[in-house]
Amino acid sequence: MSTHGTSTIEAHHGPTNKLFIWVWVWLCVLTGIEVLLAYLRLDPHPMLVLLVGLSLIKSALIVAYFMHLRFEKIGLFLVIVPSLVFCLVMILIFVFPDSLRIVHLHP
Amino acid sequence: MAELNIDAVAGPAWGGGVAPFATNTKKLGMWLFLLSDSLTFSTAILAYAYVRLSSANWPRPFEIYPAIANATFLTFILLSSSLTMVMAVAAAHRNEVKKAVIYILLTAVGGIAFVGLHMMEWFRLFAEGVTPWSNKWGDPLFGGTFFGLTGLHMLHVSIGVIYLCIIATGFGRRKFNADHVEVSGLYWHFVDLVWMFIFPMVYLMSVNLKS
Repeated sequence: MSTHGTSTIEAHHGPTNKLFIWVWVWLCVLTGIEVLLAYLRLDPHPMLVLLVGLSLIKSALIVAYFMHLRFEKIGLFLVIVPSLVFCLVMILIFVFPDSLRIVHLHP
Repeated sequence: MAELNIDAVAGPAWGGGVAPFATNTKKLGMWLFLLSDSLTFSTAILAYAYVRLSSANWPRPFEIYPAIANATFLTFILLSSSLTMVMAVAAAHRNEVKKAVIYILLTAVGGIAFVGLHMMEWFRLFAEGVTPWSNKWGDPLFGGTFFGLTGLHMLHVSIGVIYLCIIATGFGRRKFNADHVEVSGLYWHFVDLVWMFIFPMVYLMSVNLKS
């Protein structure tokens, strides 16, 4: 086990606590907007689109700043994100048409 | 043992080199684990959406108060614990051991509060007649998918709390270094990230429109 204190990634000079606090504030604001949308009781379809959009923005903020992916080499990003997107698209392609077909079978 | 200077051997972005990702194996391993775990959660959330779309009798049971207010507070707790975790990582890289340990323990306290409040909500639903096997408001699959999805997430939070306590102890005793803290932070932020989808999909999309 390595000795304490000699981190191999001390090159992270970019992010500061001030930046992290700003990201946290934005995440709280976006959460507040989501709750406001629920309070307004919009129709399900626009509500779903808005909520998924806001969730994607929030997750991008978390991954980019809290998980430091923005400050990593692009190779790491290219290994992780495209493969995840590909798998999700494959799931959506093969699952949801069937689900929507069942919806139309309801009386 | 001398530390490998990752940046010195990384090479250009497209050049490969000895360390093409310019990171250590612990962090790369955690990223790959999180990639697989994100597919687990994605499948669970999509399964929830599937049965919901397929059901003609899906309930919308959550009132703004107390259910949505409670879930919003849970979100605030997780977001705040992510902030303390990222500050723990920053403190660990600055070699501020005491500060890093305090921030890690604050994060763990946030996790414990999350699990405690969430369990209270579960027991409230049990009392109202919703269990993983039954649902008095309509489709019984509501209970199964709700408790399955939130239970899987709560399991991750609980494991995260134990993980953070181990890391805090090891880092405080100088047995772990800042890389270990950073890797545990990745896991914790992922748990936070997953909740950013569960909260709107499961709670906000199920607000009782008649209340």
